[in-house]
Amino acid sequence: MSELHTIAFIVENKPGVLFNISNMFRKKNFNIHSISVGAIPNAEVVRITIVVQADARGVYQVVEQLDKMVDVVEVKRLDPMRIVRRELALVKLTTADPWAREEALTCVNDYHGLILNIDPDTLIAEVTGDSDEIDAFLEKVKPIGIIEFSRTGITALEKGRLRLERGET
Amino acid sequence: MVEMSGAGALWTALKKEGVSHVFGLPGGSVIPLCDELLGFDLRFILARHEQGAAHMADGYARASGRVGVCLATSGPGATNLVTGIATANMDSSAVVAFTGQVNRAVIGSDAFQEVDIIGCSASVTKYNMQVRRACEIPAAVKAAFHIASTGRRGAVLVDLPKDVTIDVEEMVFPETVHFRGYKVEPAPDQRELDVAAALLAKAQRPVIVAGGGVINAGASRQLVALSEYLMAPTATTLMGKGAFPADHPLSLGMCGMHGTVAANNLVPEADVLLIVGARLSDRTTGAVKSFAPNAKVIHVDIDKTEVDKNVETRMRVVGDAGLALSGLLERVGKLRSKAGKDSIWHRKLAELRCASNGKNGNGAKEGYLRAPDVIKALRKVLPRNAIVTTEVGQNQMWAALHYDAYEPRTFFTSGGLGTMGWGFPAAIGAKTARPDVPVVDIAGDGSFGMTENSMATSVEEEIPVVVVVLNNQMLGMVAQWQRLFYDHRYSAVNLRGNPDFIKLAEAYGAEGVRVETLEGFEAAVRRAIVSEVSTVIDVPIDPEENVYPIVPPGMGLKDALLEV
Repeated sequence: MSELHTIAFIVENKPGVLFNISNMFRKKNFNIHSISVGAIPNAEVVRITIVVQADARGVYQVVEQLDKMVDVVEVKRLDPMRIVRRELALVKLTTADPWAREEALTCVNDYHGLILNIDPDTLIAEVTGDSDEIDAFLEKVKPIGIIEFSRTGITALEKGRLRLERGET
Repeated sequence: MVEMSGAGALWTALKKEGVSHVFGLPGGSVIPLCDELLGFDLRFILARHEQGAAHMADGYARASGRVGVCLATSGPGATNLVTGIATANMDSSAVVAFTGQVNRAVIGSDAFQEVDIIGCSASVTKYNMQVRRACEIPAAVKAAFHIASTGRRGAVLVDLPKDVTIDVEEMVFPETVHFRGYKVEPAPDQRELDVAAALLAKAQRPVIVAGGGVINAGASRQLVALSEYLMAPTATTLMGKGAFPADHPLSLGMCGMHGTVAANNLVPEADVLLIVGARLSDRTTGAVKSFAPNAKVIHVDIDKTEVDKNVETRMRVVGDAGLALSGLLERVGKLRSKAGKDSIWHRKLAELRCASNGKNGNGAKEGYLRAPDVIKALRKVLPRNAIVTTEVGQNQMWAALHYDAYEPRTFFTSGGLGTMGWGFPAAIGAKTARPDVPVVDIAGDGSFGMTENSMATSVEEEIPVVVVVLNNQMLGMVAQWQRLFYDHRYSAVNLRGNPDFIKLAEAYGAEGVRVETLEGFEAAVRRAIVSEVSTVIDVPIDPEENVYPIVPPGMGLKDALLEV
């Protein structure tokens, strides 16, 4: 059964590595649902979190193919029960109408979001949560009027003392 | 530490890796490299097209078991290498390709002869890299050789901007390189071996399928030992030809789309199927659901991504084929296996081994020789350790079916990519590595036409090989499919405009001979393998002749057509 899986991995911070990763996904016909990337300072590595749509055998192959890549240092499929997952979305709403502004502030508040910018007839809100919460927020503010939004994709950490990199914590 | 140019560092590093031959073709961006080469004891074999250079390096690698090296200039030189690199990489052949690149300052400006070869080659190499400073060259060469020749072998490309090869810097030549993310773990897991051995020990109808990984691992001896202990009939894939002696009583020959009757009928009957060093492509398995319907599959491979990729596996053993096979033998020995002692199974093997592989009844048509007869005659004339390469298409499948390979590293073909034009330059590369044995390219007229310009290299560099052109003036395999699966409608397969291959050979300063009888063919081969120049033997074959058996696309191995 095809579903979403979260895979975290650490790669060498070299030119072309991200290209090689995305190229492998394309070449093997795997579908990237979301990807988030951030350098780890002083370690010359980058941590990447990818969400893929695949069946059990497919996700196994994704992990193995990543592990085989020369510049992939560590890779792990994360157990959804043992991780925290977060995505961040920035949403620009049209608030020319006083009702709309009132409604927008209520929604952002309900979703524990932040208001980052207010202009005479727009505002930008920041919302974090798992992907379902962000979907729900976007659905909720749709009647108000979304001008545009940007989502970061999922990033995730394992609970407890587990860590991706080998060695002691 | 020593001060030298990037070019000097490249050749010094190659010498340190034990390289003796470089196949290539220069251009603007590699002139500094060629100039510096004059001071080094390295033989540069000048190709006439970069694709040929890559195939030569590939043939050299397969015949020697070492790394083959090729060089091309930037832009079109580099893109011309790509087919050769892809061929080598898909067949797990250790090739390191060096490409020139425009000066660092103009990279990205669409400069003359600039191409993003890193982007172009990413999908067809095991690894690639662009060197950004002269002093990085020694480590880049060490890394390229390490990655190409360890684990599952493959192709590595190193891109060298021109000014990087000119710059003079302090050089350090490292003894080793380390990649945090590149793990080579040849030793298989002991528990995996235990479970696999227990499955094998209980097998009533064991079969082994050996692939090219057995040859790359140098594990033929261990394969024969296990096969004999288990009394397991053993097939090979196309790439595995030579891994198991074709004249061994347990040999089934090749399985797959054009596999032997014995292999294609016994493999699907197995109750335990041991796959070693094979990736089980669609051409090997036929329809996957009927490949091994009742078998517990054990898959041994150094590349864990190949296990369970195409065929569902009961037990995986990831590691070196030699270590895995000897580990399995030791364990089944302790378990006092009764595997394969089933006499009905062996009677079946004996019967199937006697079955003919394809149409034998009708003699050759007037004016033609039958391709299988030609290849069997070739086998008879050549010494056991001779090397055969093939082109791609009917010639390749006839060779695979009818040329018995007895030893590893004696039969080479473009198995994965199926590159027409591969066999001739690969034969030149193989002969460079093994000047002591005859090297014969079994070719078709279509394939030979693609890289026949390698003849200039063969003659000039005095690397004599034999090309047997099975000449049907057709793109034969396409024509065969059109006969069998497209109601005999020929489209775009006619090669009647072929040159006279005898005159062509002579124009290059090589020898050419056309034969009309099998006796004449045998005599021509005997002369050719002792000749000091290459020989093209033109063998007219019937354009209507099909390769049998053939498993029709989408069907199982047992559904092979023996004739129509």
